[in-house]
Amino acid sequence: MEHLISLFFRSIFVDNMIFAFFLGMCSFLAVSKNVKTSLGLGAAVTFVLVVTVPVDYLLQTKVLDPLGLSYLSFILFIAVIAGIVQIVEMVVEKYTPALYDALGIFLPLIAVNCAIMGASLFMQQRINLDPNNTQYIGSVWDSIVYAFGSGLGWMLAIVSMGAIRERLQYSDVPKPLQGLGITFILVGLMAMAMMCFSGLKI
Amino acid sequence: MALFNKQNKEVFASPLNLNNPIMVQVLGICSALAITSQLKPAIVMGLAVTIITAFSNVIISLIRKTIPTRIRIIVQLVVVAALVTIVSQILKAFAYDVSVQLSVYVGLIITNCILMGRLEAFAMMNKPWPSFLDGLGNGLGYAIILVVVGTVRELFGRGSLLGFQIIPDSFYSAGYVNNGMMTMPAMALILLGCVIWVHRSFFYKEEK
Repeated sequence: MEHLISLFFRSIFVDNMIFAFFLGMCSFLAVSKNVKTSLGLGAAVTFVLVVTVPVDYLLQTKVLDPLGLSYLSFILFIAVIAGIVQIVEMVVEKYTPALYDALGIFLPLIAVNCAIMGASLFMQQRINLDPNNTQYIGSVWDSIVYAFGSGLGWMLAIVSMGAIRERLQYSDVPKPLQGLGITFILVGLMAMAMMCFSGLKI
Repeated sequence: MALFNKQNKEVFASPLNLNNPIMVQVLGICSALAITSQLKPAIVMGLAVTIITAFSNVIISLIRKTIPTRIRIIVQLVVVAALVTIVSQILKAFAYDVSVQLSVYVGLIITNCILMGRLEAFAMMNKPWPSFLDGLGNGLGYAIILVVVGTVRELFGRGSLLGFQIIPDSFYSAGYVNNGMMTMPAMALILLGCVIWVHRSFFYKEEK
């Protein structure tokens, strides 16, 4: 239990997907223009992460490792992610049309979001870690907690970025730096702020 | 020669500068930032992405007429994933230390937006040879940025290039200290922001 809590907070703050590993930057930069759409995409990413990472964990430990086929993991993981995103999209559309409208075009885009694939690949690396390490993932529960924490961390990053960019519209930025340039520098400053969490232990 | 007519040259050269995938199209940022703390992994990554973009463009372009549009994303992903698996196995066999440094980011080439972007925007509509050039151009445009950022970060963060010490010992004894901040992830973002700033202030004035 202690391990789960520590893993959870670590994956939100210390191993933050955006600020520590730059995963999912493309959609992060494209969509973080206001808070509302940021929230939608953040929720969708968290949701897909929580579904795909445990499935990939089970495939890795129960199928690929015993058969010695771990070199096939890239193809298998991406197929699982693309397939699950498609299924999730259909289910959400059928049973909760309101949520489907809110998530809009973000759901299909998530299949090619590096944060999803990245979480699965990190999970694959962490299976081999020492069990006393806070990053260790040794059971399905660990993988669910890790996925949820990473998703929340991603959402935190994109929502705060969206809020900052809403304010940024009223400020006077040098012309060549407008848009993309200033966004990068902002993310850099935010990443520096997030560095104060490194070494966090619960 | 028909292989290098004006149009094809344009296809190859424009992503190197005015239509650079990182600076202008904003594609493939994730890996660009994470692996540039030293020059060597940056070069290897640039080459890997160039090769994979070029060949996946050719393959998709060859089979573009037989892919049903509804499932094209999955077909593209599988082609790319197969190529990435091959590259990753080659790296593990011949350059193990670099493949350890790159860690998950080799696998993440699959979801690199440059690949999907070029496949969707170019290879699905063009013949194999222009697609090959387009892939090569975009891959190299990506590699240039990686090398620039990687050079700055390694030179100022560690005082070396490709692992060889550049800044002489006399500097250190005179009180020069490596800027440890440069090896942190945050600095990569700020540096890339500055690269975009410089690029835009040089190339966008002429158009107006």
